Amino acid sequence: MLERLASMLRGLGRPVVDHLWRLGYATRFFALILLYSGTSFRRLFLIFREIYSSGVRSLIIILVSGLFVGMVLGLQGYDTLQRFGASDALGVMVALSLVRELGPVVAGLLFASRAGSAITAEIGLMKATEQLSAMEMMAVNPIARVVAPRFWAGVISMPLLAALFSAMGVFGGYLVGVKMIGLDEGAFWSQMQASVDFREDIFNGIIKSAVFGVIVTWIAVFEGYDAKPTAEGVSGATTRTVVTSSLAILAADFVLTALMFRGS
Amino acid sequence: MVTLSTPSSQPLVKSSDPLVKISNLNFAYGQRSILSGINMEIPRGKVVAIMGQSGCGKTTTLKLIGGQIKPTSGEVLVDGQSVKKMKAEALYAMRRRMGFLFQFGALFTDISVFDNVAFQMREHTDLPEELIRDLVMLKLNAVGLRGAQDMMPSELSGGMARRVALARAISLDPMLMMYDEPFTGLDPITMGVIGQLIRKLNDALGGSSIIVTHDIQESLKIVDYVYFMAGGKVVAEGTPDEIRASELPFVHQFVWGEIDGPVPFQYPAEPYREQIFGVMDKNKKAGKNNSAKDVEAAHA
Repeated sequence: MLERLASMLRGLGRPVVDHLWRLGYATRFFALILLYSGTSFRRLFLIFREIYSSGVRSLIIILVSGLFVGMVLGLQGYDTLQRFGASDALGVMVALSLVRELGPVVAGLLFASRAGSAITAEIGLMKATEQLSAMEMMAVNPIARVVAPRFWAGVISMPLLAALFSAMGVFGGYLVGVKMIGLDEGAFWSQMQASVDFREDIFNGIIKSAVFGVIVTWIAVFEGYDAKPTAEGVSGATTRTVVTSSLAILAADFVLTALMFRGS
Repeated sequence: MVTLSTPSSQPLVKSSDPLVKISNLNFAYGQRSILSGINMEIPRGKVVAIMGQSGCGKTTTLKLIGGQIKPTSGEVLVDGQSVKKMKAEALYAMRRRMGFLFQFGALFTDISVFDNVAFQMREHTDLPEELIRDLVMLKLNAVGLRGAQDMMPSELSGGMARRVALARAISLDPMLMMYDEPFTGLDPITMGVIGQLIRKLNDALGGSSIIVTHDIQESLKIVDYVYFMAGGKVVAEGTPDEIRASELPFVHQFVWGEIDGPVPFQYPAEPYREQIFGVMDKNKKAGKNNSAKDVEAAHA
């Protein structure tokens, strides 16, 4: 009986210890990325190349999704607002929803699926095909040369993508509200201009998206670097990147929202 | 009067000293011993082969020389310096004087052949791009692939990829070249080409080379000395002629490719007769009638 209890406790404790160990390893890896970031900033082309690969190539999915999310917001917002006779506030509703929440969060989720998974797969495959070992044997630190540029490219790209997502969303809301439903164009834009605060709304949105950029790319590069060097290992790591970073974005969004917007 | 002295951290190295000296080397992954009591010497200017079956610890030995892993005990000296005592900076400085050819080349797949060969020059030197271009052409010409400079690694055949990786490995004229299974998966012509390149490049660069391989015939043509490994130990050593003439059962079996010998054909298992007839014998002893049905049921 005692033996069974001990075995049950061991069974529970082992995964907890394993996860804590992995979290510690990931934190140490994060510290190493920061430590070896000097090369990336001395040779900016390394970062620019990765911005193209993870940022520019994510543009299509971000812009198209932003447009549709904005259009849906326009339809749903009008449906609700017109019940209270406040349909002129549609522009404000669409803009605030996007810059405060949907822009950073949905762009973050899309970025995790599009760029995060690609980063993990690329680094994981480089490991599986011994490219990272080859780099080490050529006296080139793979964290400085491969990981840090991808990390910083993600951190820089994410706020820009979120801003573009929000801009496209506002345009989508405009198309539905003004062009399709026929709301007054002046009211749509002027109310938005009067109610959206740069410091409170836009700047906080930018901070959120930068934090999501750090979270997604940190998880993506770590999972790739830590992947088992097999086909199964790389596919598992790619899946973990998307799942973990999506959950982390949603959890971090709650914490950031609680800290930033207190109804003042 | 000016006196010349060497810093205490830099032992005086004579040109007659071996470039790599491995003394009583042991390595284990946790409780599992991989290498035990390895002693080897790689003289300057020579090509040395480390041979043995897959999993006998050859590649691990290369990794220990390159400082990718640290030994459990024992010593690896490269050019008189202990690899295990080196800090990261010293280790990287040593690796700049080493070349490593990976089993499948390990070329960087996102850059061209030219950029692969230029990689180390751009990372470790401030040479102008025009000079780098000339040096890359020299290296590519040495492996016969000057015409493939603009190709991407995905467009190369296995043999070409190995040759490009060889050009990349010698890009900084290393003092020590290490080859991990350079002949694996190559056709006989390409194998001969790679073998000749290894020998010629070693002689031209004046360095030393270590080839980890189990391709006996190809490597005996080009090496100066051979170490045979089995079960994580050095079991035989000698010049290619000594190896060919060796009567040691393991060496004989390996050189002549005999399927049975000290390295058994059969993976360890319970005796064949017992495995096949064991069920029948047991039943006989128990006084049962051995019908085919009974045997089938017992097997199931």
